Amino acid sequence: MELTPGARRAENGERPVAPPGDRAALIRALREIVGSTHVLTALEDVIVYEQDGSILQSVPEIVVLPGSVEEVRAVVRAARAAGVPVVPRGSGTGLAGGAVAAGGGVVVALTRLNRVREVDLRSRTAVVEPGVINLEITKATAPHGYFYAPDPSSQAACSVGGNLANNSGGPHTLAYGVTTNHALGVEVVLHDGTRVDLGGHVPDAPGYDLCGVFVGSEGTLGIVVQGIVRLMRVRESVRTLLAVFDRMDDATRVVVEITGAGIVPAALEMMDQTTIEAVERGAPAGFPRDAEAVLLVEVEGLLEYTARALREVEGICRRSGAREVRVAQSEAERLALWKGRKGAFGALGTLAPNYYVMDGVVPRSRLPETMRKVAEIAQAFGVRIANVFHAGDGNLHPNILFDMRAPGELDRVIEAGAAILKACVEAGGSLTGEHGIGLEKTAYMQWVFTDADLDAMARVRCVFDPALGFNPGKIFPSPPACGEPRRVPPKIPAGLWV
Amino acid sequence: MDTIVALGHPLPRVSGEVRAAPIPALQIPELDQCVHCGLCLTQCPTYRVTHLETESPRGRIHLVRAAADGRIAPSARFAEHLYLCLMCRACETACPSGVKYGRIAEAAREVLGPPGSRLGRALASLAFTQLFPRLGRMRALIILLRLYQRSGLRALTRLLPRRVREMEALLPPVPDRFFVPEAEVLPAFGTRRARVAFLSGCVTPLLFGEINEATVRVLRRNGCDVVIPAGQGCCAALNLHNGEMTAATAMARRNIDAFLSAGVDAVIVNAAGCGATMKEYGHLLRDDPAYAEKAQAFSALVRDASEFLVELGLTGRLGRLEMTVTYQDPCHLAHGQRVRAQPRALLAAVPGLTLVEMDAADRCCGSAGIYNLTQPEMSQTLLEEKMGAIGRTQAGAVVAPNPGCMLQLRAGAQRRGDGLVVYHLMDLLDRAYQAGEAPS
Repeated sequence: MELTPGARRAENGERPVAPPGDRAALIRALREIVGSTHVLTALEDVIVYEQDGSILQSVPEIVVLPGSVEEVRAVVRAARAAGVPVVPRGSGTGLAGGAVAAGGGVVVALTRLNRVREVDLRSRTAVVEPGVINLEITKATAPHGYFYAPDPSSQAACSVGGNLANNSGGPHTLAYGVTTNHALGVEVVLHDGTRVDLGGHVPDAPGYDLCGVFVGSEGTLGIVVQGIVRLMRVRESVRTLLAVFDRMDDATRVVVEITGAGIVPAALEMMDQTTIEAVERGAPAGFPRDAEAVLLVEVEGLLEYTARALREVEGICRRSGAREVRVAQSEAERLALWKGRKGAFGALGTLAPNYYVMDGVVPRSRLPETMRKVAEIAQAFGVRIANVFHAGDGNLHPNILFDMRAPGELDRVIEAGAAILKACVEAGGSLTGEHGIGLEKTAYMQWVFTDADLDAMARVRCVFDPALGFNPGKIFPSPPACGEPRRVPPKIPAGLWV
Repeated sequence: MDTIVALGHPLPRVSGEVRAAPIPALQIPELDQCVHCGLCLTQCPTYRVTHLETESPRGRIHLVRAAADGRIAPSARFAEHLYLCLMCRACETACPSGVKYGRIAEAAREVLGPPGSRLGRALASLAFTQLFPRLGRMRALIILLRLYQRSGLRALTRLLPRRVREMEALLPPVPDRFFVPEAEVLPAFGTRRARVAFLSGCVTPLLFGEINEATVRVLRRNGCDVVIPAGQGCCAALNLHNGEMTAATAMARRNIDAFLSAGVDAVIVNAAGCGATMKEYGHLLRDDPAYAEKAQAFSALVRDASEFLVELGLTGRLGRLEMTVTYQDPCHLAHGQRVRAQPRALLAAVPGLTLVEMDAADRCCGSAGIYNLTQPEMSQTLLEEKMGAIGRTQAGAVVAPNPGCMLQLRAGAQRRGDGLVVYHLMDLLDRAYQAGEAPS
């Protein structure tokens, strides 16, 4: 198989970059496709696209905002013809540098494709464009008693396209699963501008589950231009309680006990004292500042069930050392608790100019020891850590607080982060629960995957994008090489379609 | 280039080298509080329209930070992004970190100076330094405007360029009577419960005299002695929002002197922008040794009329107003002062009145000070969206306790021509009191 120039350069570890002369031609072509107001090249315009919700930065050369699927196709064709990487971007709220144009090139911002195209309540599906804000789906269907289940903390701002790319989860992942459990189909634009439908309106499309392959591929396989997602019926009763602990150890043990008792809450979240401090400084939600940890537990279902589950959870909390258990008495009170929890990341700005969030996962039975380990690592590296996380899933979010401008601090922070992830992996867990590998954790992929594992993944990528021009530098520890000769079976039986 | 070696393959740590001179005036602590989470994006009216990061609060903060560090120059393009901002501060409500975006934007605008063409900038500077600080001149100008509006000259506007014609059309008709209090201290009706001072304002007494009259009557009915200090002036909100600081600080000092000497329990404001600005005098004059403390004391006294009345508790007999209204949160009341519940509580106190909430009542209507003059297109887009939201409530009236919003919404109502009436909250309360007095 002939190597494309891009792949050859990628194989040599180089950025697939077009010569400067071609740049002007590419910009002209892009302007023709989407109109000149939707092609940004001035530094004062593109510099704001250098960063997502993480701490990583790289200024893209060109930002283009297509207004239709046809425009996305033409943009991809033009950029790829010019040998320039294409980096898809939604709202830019990702936490692993997934939308950062590490290899330069064209950022394709999908924010203008933001229509909810169809809501079919009888089939409980919605068809949405990638720039639709996660919460908008719920807003559009709530009056009829439905909601869209994956609820990242950034759901008021993050896009469905970004959620699909990162297979995002949220507090309610515990009960409802992650994005892939709610994506029935995606329509994608491939490297040559082809538009294909993967999956469909029904839960089990025949053939390979390529929709499942696309969800969580972090923009490395193509651009999602439409998603078909499931809608869920709002439960009859939703109850939330806040349990306050003087010792982190008691709180983590309670998590294990609740799930051990056979109760599956809709959400089981934890915030430590440092996080509480940040929330109460930024946008106060009434969490007790002197507690070492609080648990936010939500149960959903029939009235009879939630009343019983709430009683059981409350009993477990009290027996295991909770100093206070507060059940939200009104919807307003419940929403205030969640607002505090969902704003926790953003509120960290009240404590330090930067934070580096880890997304490690451990089996929940290992939570108590892992949290102790995190505290030890913080001490060993001399860093301050704020913990706010999906305890029920064992999905940790230790946020290392720091000031990027202080010399040497970033290195220390990255090392501390690596130590935390290493501890998670050693406890039988993983590198990421929902944020994706992005740019940030590529080097750690080898802790969880063998070379053969990674090679299998790389081959999938090469099938979709042989020139490796979609979002280069993400997921893989080193650029995969697509040009190796394939082992073709010596003889194909006659009559078999290949 | 500095690289992150620990990540396996080299990454630019902070991309882009220093190209311009760093700007110390922009290196303000508020910038450090933004962690780039993006929760502000969808609450920003200009981002919702453009879907561009440059027209979002996070993007603008990023730009200011880049300019502060000398990574970009404070160029014309930079200025465009900063000036497309409405200063509505909806982002401050959305921000989990409590970033004071308004202060960041004001610092940037101070570096940039007023917006627009050279002529526009010159005119704006003239207005900020020669007109707003001197209300006698403002009054003379408005009298001239009244003469012009009543002469036949108006017919000649057809000859003017389109842009000027559109600006002319935004001018409200100047009423016959201005607000002139009959005394500096107006006593409470009935038992005295408080002594308050009232900010008369700069344009309000000339164009909206009846709102001031209504506000004063409502306060007096609620047992307030109302002091209207003669020495007061314009609050300087427009100066500050448009990068003019020198005259602004002088205007703030003048108001502090005028109001503090009145010896009152509260300083009452019926314009949201003025209230938000006066509550920030403490921050504005923090480095002025002679005024820092007085400014803090003054700011602590400032209350929106609705905020104060709810704190005090309404008294007197409110008559029935059989009407259905919707409520527009003025940005500088809802976002700037976090006053949302109080105006609604006052509306709920009026017998017969039904409040129907519109979608996104706290989203800017596009008025935003002089924004409808400097950014007519965006302003119109937002107004159309707002009129749509109001229309869907099917209410016959909209209440907006801020003169700027009222002007904008009246322009929108006039264009739609469906008889939507725009009230100031104090006007409506005053009517309810009058209805309560009328023999049944």
